[in-house]
This record gives sequence, structure tokens and C-alpha cells, in this order.
Amino acid sequence: MKVLVPVKRVIDYNVKVRVKADGSGVDLANVKMSMNPFDEIAVEEAIRLKEAGKASEVVAVSIGVKQAQETLRTALAMGADRAVLVVAADDVDTDIEPLAVAKILKAVIDDEAPGLVIAGKQAIDNDMNATGQMLAALLGWSQATFASELDIDGDAARVTREVDGGLQTISVKLPAIVTADLRLNEPRYASLPNIMKAKRKPLDEKTAADLGVDVTPRLTVVKTAEPAERQAGIMVGSVDELVEKLKDAGAV
Amino acid sequence: MAVLLLAEVTGGELALDATAKAVTAAAALGDVTVLCAGASAADAAAAAAKIDGVARVLCAEDAIYGHRLAEPTAALIVSLAGDYSHIVAPATTDAKNILPRVAALLDVMVITDVTAVVDADTFERPVYAGNAVQTVQSADAVKVLTVRTSTFDAAGDGGSAAVEAIGAAADPGLSAWVEDKLAASDRPELTSAGIVVSGGRGVGSEEDFALIEKLADTLGAAVGASRAAVDSGYAPNDWQVGQTGKVVAPELYIAVGISGAIQHLAGMKDSKIIVAINKDEEAPIFQVADFGLVADLFEAVPALTEKLG
Ligand SMILES: Cc1cc2nc3c(=O)[nH]c(=O)nc-3n(C[C@H](O)[C@H](O)[C@H](O)COP(=O)(O)OP(=O)(O)OC[C@H]3O[C@@H](n4cnc5c(N)ncnc54)[C@H](O)[C@@H]3O)c2cc1C
Ligand SMILES: Nc1ncnc2c1ncn2[C@@H]1O[C@H](COP(=O)(O)O)[C@@H](O)[C@H]1O
Repeated sequence: MKVLVPVKRVIDYNVKVRVKADGSGVDLANVKMSMNPFDEIAVEEAIRLKEAGKASEVVAVSIGVKQAQETLRTALAMGADRAVLVVAADDVDTDIEPLAVAKILKAVIDDEAPGLVIAGKQAIDNDMNATGQMLAALLGWSQATFASELDIDGDAARVTREVDGGLQTISVKLPAIVTADLRLNEPRYASLPNIMKAKRKPLDEKTAADLGVDVTPRLTVVKTAEPAERQAGIMVGSVDELVEKLKDAGAV
Repeated sequence: MAVLLLAEVTGGELALDATAKAVTAAAALGDVTVLCAGASAADAAAAAAKIDGVARVLCAEDAIYGHRLAEPTAALIVSLAGDYSHIVAPATTDAKNILPRVAALLDVMVITDVTAVVDADTFERPVYAGNAVQTVQSADAVKVLTVRTSTFDAAGDGGSAAVEAIGAAADPGLSAWVEDKLAASDRPELTSAGIVVSGGRGVGSEEDFALIEKLADTLGAAVGASRAAVDSGYAPNDWQVGQTGKVVAPELYIAVGISGAIQHLAGMKDSKIIVAINKDEEAPIFQVADFGLVADLFEAVPALTEKLG
């Protein structure tokens, strides 16, 4: 079974995000970019399936600007076998919407025919949490989102999901889309020899136009603003003082 | 304009707070029809009919909706979608699972975690862990959105909408429920609690998390946790507060042994009063705290529990 993993190039989770003064977006110039953390977890899970003999090949796919090559090289260095880059924008400020990403992924999947797709649950830039579910809809496949455990069991996958009330386990028919939550695994770091080896692994390049997908956004970003700032508070010297302040504020 | 609102129904019961908050957001967009789907949903439908601002309630009872699997519930919503300009739900894990699927089936974008309705096509939503707020305008014929409940007030009661039973849509038959592991608790629900006490990695162990729980119980509060506390097994996953966990905005939020990473702040910085207890005076959590106490939590928390008891 082939496993396909969509990986997104996003601003590194440690970077302090700055909103541009003209409200046109956030500043992505000269900012450290990395693989979306949930996608690292997805790649790790796919590699573990391969190591366990449950997957035959792991293909990483990224959609966006040319620089997403770097993200794909990271996936290859972690252990993915092959990568596909779909160039859909020239400008690093252009974010391709989940619906368009899902359409592009569907076109890639029609060609690759994987038995399982493991995506991240959410991209930490647009915080959409939508692509996996949209892809499942377009393919007419089952979906198991927010996974914290995944077992392949014949022609089905048993997935434990992190839900509001706790955990839910479901069984989904394969092929299926699974989206990775934080507790699915702890991703490995790529070793130096593997980073070197990754440079020679195949990385195919296509464009959204090659795949016949229109990536025109459905949502226009009218403006991007700073969130409301909190007023700085005060430090208290003791538990007694804290209790007094809370009582004065009517909080307890 | 007409809005179809997917109510939050779990085990046949309406999650009133989440649903009533979504009604407030939806009522700004048009006449609100609430959809209650479940293996049993009649009680939930009756409860939804009483929410102020609800014009009509649809009740779909069928075993296939018992566990809110995405595929059958999305198919049901799509079968009804023709009559509505907007499809809305509270941003719970259920709706986050279902609504993007609905949107793709309708060939429209989904707009998740909406924090403000500007007009019928224009919405605000946080991005980058709440470090920026985007205003987006949709060009789609149908708007599909999930709303962040922590920013809307719950609609009141006193409504008396008509309830109409509807049949099930075809079951795509793609997935099956196996089991739930849902912790039963007498504590208030995290996202609607007036007070939340959260513990982080500083608490150090699952056993010592009892200190956090004891303080919470003294205050009648819900218990939350940082990702590090959940990853370390000190607390269950459904207690995680943050960018990728639950978003809370209680009257009082007490963060204990939590450093204040942006991903955590994303889930609690709209709380009315924030208290931070941390032994490191440089911890970033103090920058958002109204009251900060530099102390060892193992001394401060029991003392606080005793004084408030
Ligand atoms: C993709 C992604 C998503 C994430 N989502 C979330 C999320 O939703 N929610 C979330 O919380 N995090 C999230 N994180 C993780 C986040 O970046 C931080 O790692 C996490 O919040 C840290 O948790 P913490 O503050 O408990 O731990 P730490 O940062 O380790 O802080 C522990 C604190 O405890 C204090 N302490 C230690 N001992 C004591 C003592 N005896 N008394 C008093 N204080 C003490 C220390 O001074 C320190 O400040 C996410 C990260 C990523 C990459
Ligand atoms: N441009 C992209 N390229 C590759 N994968 C993507 C892209 N956008 C989203 N994804 C995948 O979809 C997941 C959820 O993203 P989102 O729906 O944007 O929050 C991510 O974790 C990725 O696995």
C-alpha cells in the first residue's frame, strides 16, 4: 500500500509573527519557514507504517511556491521515498486555500492511487483545519480526523480520535484520509547522512495548471489586523495578596 | 436569508451552551433553522426549539447519526443545503470534522473559527495562533462556517420554534464507530466554565495534577492543561487549552506551572482575568496576566486552595 502525505511549508512555529503595518498580511520576508508541525507527525506515521511492513512506499506532496522543495527534502530526509511538488503560486505571500489544495491533491491521488493519505490536522499559519476533510469529500473517501492512534487492519484502518469529550475510536474503510493530531507520535529528526541521501531521491515538479485546477481564492482577505492587546497587570507578593486582589475584583 | 445551524448533540442531548452561542452568530445572518441529528435527537430538538432566535428545528433521528460520523452527517446536511444561504455550527471537534466535508461537497470554501460576523459575506477569524486577525469576504453562493463559541454570548431561552421530523439521507457506509472513551465529570464543561484552573509541565506528574483539580473543585472550576502536560500524560487530551486544543474565555483563568507559549495563549488570552503562578519571573505568561505570583506551585497552590475554601 502506498501512503501519500501532504506537507505544507509554513512559518516556523517559534517565530514571532508580525502583522504588516498596511494590514495586507503578515511579514513573511526573511522569516524562518519549516514543515507544518502536524505534517511532521504525519510523515513520521507513514514512515513507521513502512517500517512495520504495512506500507510499501511513502510519497510526500507539497503545494505552493517553489521553495516548498525544501519542505519536501525534509520529508525525504525523514524517510519518505519520493516527493511531488505542485507549484501553484510565485509569491510567498500567496496562501493556497484548502479547497484548491484538496482539488490539487485529488488530481495527484487520481494518478498515484495511494491506499491511505495522512495529512496534518491543521496548518499553523491559516489555522483552517479543513484540507483533509475536504479531500475526503472530493474523493468520496472515509475520513478519520484528529488521530492519536492508527492501526491498519486489512482493508480498514482503526483510528482513535481526539474529540472534545475525550477519545473516540472508529474504523474507516480504505482508502481513507487520516489527519494527525499531536499525540499520534513524536517525529524523528533527520540524520545528516539521511539529509545527504535525500538530495538524490526523486522530486517531481508539476504546476496547478498541469493538473487543471483553478486556484483562484474564494475568500478575499480584506485585511489582516493585530489582535487586541492585553493590558499589563501587576505582580503580587504572596498568596494572601493574590486572594485579596481576586476578592476585590469580584473574581472569587 | 436563511441559516441552517448544526446543533451540537452528544448521546441524544443538546450541548445547550455551544449551540446557543452559535445561534447568536447565526441570527445575525438570517432566519435560523437548527438541525438536530442523532440516534435519538427528539429531546435535543425540543431543547433547541426553546432557544431565543430559532425559527425552526429539524430533527433527524437515525442510528447512522448516533456517533456523529462525518460522512453520513455531511450527506444529511448537503441534502438540505439547497434552502439555505449559510450553514453554521459551533466550532466543536464534531463540527470541525463535518463542516469542511460539507463545504467541499458543495464546492465552496469553509470559513472556520469565525470570531465576528461583519456582514452576510464577511467574517473575522484568527490566524497564526491568534497573532493576527483576518477579515475575509466570501464569493461563494453558500457560506459554510464554524463559529468560535468563546466570543459569542449565548442566546437566551423563551423561544418556541416548531419541530419537524425529517428522514435520514443515504448512508455512504464508509466508516463505523468502535468505542468512546469519554471521561464523565461533575465539573463544569471547559469551554463554558466561569473559572478555569490549568496546569502545565511545572506540575510534574499525574499524581500532582490533583493539586490543580483540588483548587478547581474549591472554586467550582473546570480543569485545563497545556500541551506539555497532556503530552506528558499528566492530563487527558480533552483538557488541552490552546491553538490546537480548546479555546476558553472564562471570567477567571488561573495558569499554574505554564510558561505561556503563544500556542497556549491562543486558547486563553481572551479570559477576563488571568492569574499566573510560576516560579520563573521571566515566564512569558506574566506578560498577559492581570495578577502574577512568582512562587513554587507546590506551596502556593495548596495555600490558595485553603484560603479560598
Ligand atoms: C503545532 C503545535 C501546536 C501546539 N498547540 C498547543 C496547544 O494547543 N496548547 C498548548 O498549551 N501548547 C501547545 N503547543 C506547545 C507549546 O508550544 C508549548 O510547548 C507548551 O504550551 C508548553 O507547555 P508548558 O507551559 O506546560 O511547559 P513549559 O514551557 O515547559 O513550562 C513549564 C513552566 O512551569 C514552571 N514551573 C516548573 N516548576 C514549577 C514549580 N514548582 N512551581 C511553579 N512553576 C513551575 C516553569 O518555570 C515553566 O515556566 C503547541 C506546539 C506546537 C508545535
Ligand atoms: N499547500 C499545502 N501543501 C501540502 N499540504 C497541505 C497544504 N495545505 C494544507 N495541507 C495539508 O492539509 C493539512 C491541514 O491544513 P489546513 O486545512 O490548511 O489547516 C496540513 O497539515 C497539510 O497536511
